Amino acid sequence: METAVGMAMAVIFVLVMAGCITWIVDHFILMPYDLEFLQTIAFILVIAALVQFVEMFLKKSIPALYAGLGIFLPLITTNCAVMGVCLINMKEGYPFLTTLVASFAYAAGFGLALILFAGVRERIIIGRVPKPLQDTSIGLVTAGMLAMAFMAFQGMV
Amino acid sequence: MFEAILFMLGLGAACGLILSVASKIFYVYEDPRIAKVENLLAGANCGGCGYAGCSAAADAIVTEDAPASTCILIGAENVVAIAGIMGTEAGGAEAARSYNNCQGGNRATDRFIYDGASRCSALALLYGGKRDCEIGCLGLGDCVRSCKFDAIRIGNNGYPVVDKDKCVGCGACEQACPKNILEVRTMSQRLLHMNEHDDALAPCRQTCPAQIDIPRYIAQIREGEYESAVDTIRERNPLLLACGRVCPHPCEDYCRRGLGDEPVSINQLKRFVADLEMNSGKRLPISRAPKTGKRVAVIGGGPAGLSCAYFLRRVGHSVNIFEAMPKLGGMIRYGIPEYRLPKAVLDWEIEGILNLGIKYHTNVRMGVDFNLGSLVGAGFDAVFFGIGAWNDFSLKIPGEDIEGCFTGIDFLARVGNHTPVKLGRRAAVIGGGNTAIDCARTLVRLGCEQVILVYRRTRKEMPANEVEIVAAEHEGIDFVFLASPKRVLGDEKNEVGGLEYLKMELGEPDASGRRRPVPLEGSETVLDVDMIITAVGQSPDMTFRKEGTRLDELDITRWSTFNVNPETCQTNVEYIFAAGDAATGPSLVVSAIGGGPPVPSICS
Repeated sequence: METAVGMAMAVIFVLVMAGCITWIVDHFILMPYDLEFLQTIAFILVIAALVQFVEMFLKKSIPALYAGLGIFLPLITTNCAVMGVCLINMKEGYPFLTTLVASFAYAAGFGLALILFAGVRERIIIGRVPKPLQDTSIGLVTAGMLAMAFMAFQGMV
Repeated sequence: MFEAILFMLGLGAACGLILSVASKIFYVYEDPRIAKVENLLAGANCGGCGYAGCSAAADAIVTEDAPASTCILIGAENVVAIAGIMGTEAGGAEAARSYNNCQGGNRATDRFIYDGASRCSALALLYGGKRDCEIGCLGLGDCVRSCKFDAIRIGNNGYPVVDKDKCVGCGACEQACPKNILEVRTMSQRLLHMNEHDDALAPCRQTCPAQIDIPRYIAQIREGEYESAVDTIRERNPLLLACGRVCPHPCEDYCRRGLGDEPVSINQLKRFVADLEMNSGKRLPISRAPKTGKRVAVIGGGPAGLSCAYFLRRVGHSVNIFEAMPKLGGMIRYGIPEYRLPKAVLDWEIEGILNLGIKYHTNVRMGVDFNLGSLVGAGFDAVFFGIGAWNDFSLKIPGEDIEGCFTGIDFLARVGNHTPVKLGRRAAVIGGGNTAIDCARTLVRLGCEQVILVYRRTRKEMPANEVEIVAAEHEGIDFVFLASPKRVLGDEKNEVGGLEYLKMELGEPDASGRRRPVPLEGSETVLDVDMIITAVGQSPDMTFRKEGTRLDELDITRWSTFNVNPETCQTNVEYIFAAGDAATGPSLVVSAIGGGPPVPSICS
């Protein structure tokens, strides 16, 4: 559960940062030169560099936060969600402030799912699961149910 | 197209530039050893070590929170290299293995029916588990689930069984077990762990002076795992053949089974597995830790010296034994007669210990052929005295120097060494201890017509083992109790012609709790014997201590023994250790063996 919270925090942090930077790169470099087809590869580069930069910055300036995020910070570089959010933001053509809010909301949603699932897993560990459903199977079944539950949010906004 | 390439190059260059500038600005000093250590780790970020990734593990190793052998995937070479970077002993490169402490399992009855979550962690929260045995295994297999290497299973008897070949010593099971049943230790750690007050130990194991894990080896014998049983005994006692024959087994006196019917024959079981190994014709391998480079001189090749040398060698020190007699074995060779411990058996056992790579020198005596100065000069880091108690006390009565008078240990050593002894027809042995009985029974075997044992108290007060006294009675040895020798009478050839003694009666109990014998005036009686052996106690021979040397500073008790710290066997001189009879005064073989294991821990 603690690690889930740590991971969620790291995702929120990185997503908001990445959202801002990619918006700037997109609007001030790619768009004026009609280079939008380079979005994917450019964003990969930018996000990777950003995470490295942030890691160095945190290590020097805020060691406590660095220690708190721990191994998750570099791991997020390879998280598709970050990439996906940035691309969606661009596709929808959000202005800067909306990008910021959307990035935060996506990250918060991811974090919510993560923390919820960590809680569910803790219950699964001490529960008595029928033999054929143990380990990964029960994990997938629960994930499916959780996804259905999330469908309730649809249409709320 | 050209723009795109230009853009990507530009973006790449910009990112690289920013990062390199940032790495200058945000540079944090990091111990350069962390990077070096991390390079030697597996780099798989598997988490098997319990740290978040390899860099975290490297960090822990450098801050010395974790040993060099933390990573479970790398081989011994890398561990040695890491130990080299850290400047620690490569001794840490020894592989750890998991082993369980509970052989009870389903034998324990249940206190209640448990129908909750099938996890030990959950069950332990409920009154410490459902089994009556509060320290034993719960049997729900948290350890099995924690093991990533499939090395643990719950056996038929409801406790975990570890597959030693699959176990990598990661320690996950130890953390998972709420009852501390599973322990992940290296061989050295197990050898060096002495009983502690908060250890849960069976009465027999508490009583054993050598601290052998008795319940474990009995359980192994019950399962038919005879070789494991030998290994278990060898973790505490290298002389299992000798002990299986001569040990008076104080453990059996405390056996709980004895409250119901008869105590378990613990010592016979030990003898059984030890004999099985010897008669099988092959020696079981004895594991050793990597060399530490430390050297220890062991003075005295008796049970204490052999045991100490054995444990020192097993934890990786190199050992040289110096023995004054022609052969190793000390009191168990020269003090214990052939009929109790055949020399062939002893030779086989000592050979096994020496095979570990222990060098020895015989016929060299401390203070004559060498001294402390030459040992220190030869580069020994520590010196262990296991010199035993070879000085016989004398009776201090007139006529003791007449021909035909012997002292106990001297007599037994001569017989053991096949030196001819002029035997008498009728012999008197003075004393009531095991040495006296050994002398008397040896005399019977050598062909003495009549052997009389003279003791100043009664049979009840005799310090010798009951079994031995009974055996002596069976062999026709006569006992004269309540008799205090007054003087030895010589005949015309100045040989022993008789022993005059005073009759005694028992008075008030003295400091040792035994009733003090009081002489009856005018009750002088003469015993018609032509040979006398006095076996009234021994003390260590301390004549090697010369004035003005370091040995002269040694703290010696008034019983002429080394004054040592009983937990570490260390004397007041830092690098000198002593155990066995030399430290405790004459005692059991098994007590001398028990003096072995504490020494290496402090030498390390």
